[in-house]
Amino acid sequence: MSDHFPSATNSVETAGYTRRSWHLAAIYVLGAIMGLALAIPTILYLFIPPRQRRRSQWIDAGDVSQLTPGSPVEMSFQEGRIDGWRVITEKKTAWVVKEANNQIVAFGPQCTHLGCAYHWDNGSKKFACPCHSSFFSIEGQVLAGPAPRPLDRYATRIENNRLQIGQLKRSASA
Amino acid sequence: MRQKFHQVIEAIDDRTGLHTGLRKFLYEEIPASSGWHQVFGSVALFLILIQFFTGMILAFNYAPTPGEAYNSLRYILTEVTAGRLMRGLHHWGASMIIVVVVLHMVQVFLWGAYKKPREGTWIAGVVLLLLTLAYGLTGYLLPWDNRAYWGTVVTTQIGATVPLAGPYVTQLLASAGGIGAVTFARFFALHVLLLPPATLLLIALHVYLVRRHGVAPALEDELKPKKSFYPEQVFKDTVAVFIAFAILFIMAIAVRVPLERVADPTDTSYIPRPEWYFLFLFQTLKVFEGPLEVVGTVVLPTLAILALIAAPFIDRSRLVRVRQRTLAIGIVVLAGLGWAGLTAAAIRSTPPQTAAALIDFSGPTQWMQLTPAQLNGVGFYRQEKCGECHNVTGGTPKQGPNLLGAARRHDDAWLIAHFKQPSGAAMPPVHLTDAQLKDLVALIKVMTPDNGDVIDTAPDFAVEGAMLYQKSFCGGCHAVNGEGGKMGPALNGLATRRTEAWVVEHFENPRKMSPGTPMPAYPFARPDMQNMVSYLFTLPDKAP
Repeated sequence: MSDHFPSATNSVETAGYTRRSWHLAAIYVLGAIMGLALAIPTILYLFIPPRQRRRSQWIDAGDVSQLTPGSPVEMSFQEGRIDGWRVITEKKTAWVVKEANNQIVAFGPQCTHLGCAYHWDNGSKKFACPCHSSFFSIEGQVLAGPAPRPLDRYATRIENNRLQIGQLKRSASA
Repeated sequence: MRQKFHQVIEAIDDRTGLHTGLRKFLYEEIPASSGWHQVFGSVALFLILIQFFTGMILAFNYAPTPGEAYNSLRYILTEVTAGRLMRGLHHWGASMIIVVVVLHMVQVFLWGAYKKPREGTWIAGVVLLLLTLAYGLTGYLLPWDNRAYWGTVVTTQIGATVPLAGPYVTQLLASAGGIGAVTFARFFALHVLLLPPATLLLIALHVYLVRRHGVAPALEDELKPKKSFYPEQVFKDTVAVFIAFAILFIMAIAVRVPLERVADPTDTSYIPRPEWYFLFLFQTLKVFEGPLEVVGTVVLPTLAILALIAAPFIDRSRLVRVRQRTLAIGIVVLAGLGWAGLTAAAIRSTPPQTAAALIDFSGPTQWMQLTPAQLNGVGFYRQEKCGECHNVTGGTPKQGPNLLGAARRHDDAWLIAHFKQPSGAAMPPVHLTDAQLKDLVALIKVMTPDNGDVIDTAPDFAVEGAMLYQKSFCGGCHAVNGEGGKMGPALNGLATRRTEAWVVEHFENPRKMSPGTPMPAYPFARPDMQNMVSYLFTLPDKAP
């Protein structure tokens, strides 16, 4: 851009001209190095997701020794969620079912259609979503309504009769 | 192609005048004597822009409230990519600006460049110097660690001693009842909302005045033809800027800026200390005591500022060569020596900060959660060189098995028996007592992939302190991190209750310090005592 500036000294001597181009080149190169040295860390700073702190995988949700097959119970537990520099404790819930083979299953509390909170209807023995009338069986399968896939399940494990809840896993589409 | 480019440039210039303006700015004529001695102004301007930029970038991840400020800065330092670099640039950039601004002033002063008609340029420069110092004072609080907090306590108390204006300063900084959320908000607002536009305005005025009066000529310039600012002087400025930037960048990477313990108003052992460029003032304060204090806090600094402002009006002599300005050179040399002497005296006379106060909380701190037994285990782990054959966290596989896996497979009794008589041929027996082996097992059992680095990161003084703690059976009566006896007081939070000197004396003569205590005296040798006390002072305030 600068080479069409009129030469300020009006010098046409080659020596002066070479000196001038050398100065210009140095200005641009040094400027570019500094620009990159700032731009690259800035891009990394803004666009690389922060390193995740590891935290305990399993959250205690309560005693499950009293559960009976065929009657789901809504259990709540506290989950620590990392929000930047904070750890926010949130109350979460799960519908916990003891299956016929004594396996414990914990369903995520939201309907797979549009995320409404469903409930267990003891009369019809179904999970019923009030928003758009989706119904799920006690195994979480879609029985009726617009829900596209079965209920999501939490990873679970049992230790000393206490239910421990892990990640919520998205169910595969039916 | 080139033709097209020219046309675009000209079209834009017709509508905005940008190109003509830039040309006018760059092809300024400067005296023939101009050269390397005049680069400092450009460097200072560049560094201020770096501060604006890095400050803004830091603010992207910073919560300006007490407590949260500390957590978010720690997040920047430990979790955000390049966060430590950005903070380093901002931190060291602040120091570098002071250096460069002072060099700029010294140059102008030596060359007599402030003389008529350039008094206004000089005064704007003095105000810019004061603004730079104000950035330093207000920014000092923003990390909200102990260093920030206690340094600012001193600053605000000095502000309160100003005659007549003192109460108003206190009111403005909301520091009457100590430093809290309101003070913090005021400092933040001053630092990022008030000072930057004020700086920009003054820089604009300063540069405008430089342009209006032209770069100050030297005596020999009268007969010589003028030079162009661009590109020769711009080249020199760019080289100087580049050198400054390179130094700053290297410092930001190589010199780690620690984050101390979170601001603790109850900490009685902390020794506040200002930033290095304020140390000379700090030292002057020690000379004036009692009713004379105000001389050090207000009178002398005010006189110094007034003298700076008055300099161009006092020095009305005609222009001479730099080498003949002996009085000016003398003043600069004397001021430099005085500054260096006061700073050196301040450094010498300040007691060293304790090991506990200097722990970098932006580094690994998991070891603080260990019980004394587990930390004692770290000591034996290092002493017996377990790490030469075993890994804890990942890393290149070594001869022996990974200890995290081993700890999951075997119980305590098996491990202790194994240490005494290893089942594998490769491992030599560990020659420790049962009690010591128990501590080693306690360590191995508590390690997870998350905290396995305690083996390497626990500082020596804490490990030594914990080993002495176990050897002396302190845990028989005292609890640390939830483990130990209940007869004596729990030791977490000791730092908030007592000073280190008090604790040392208590070890040596418990009955004198707390009459009626059943605690026997522990006259530890000096290094042991220091390790023990430093260790106790790094314990978390509350047991985890």
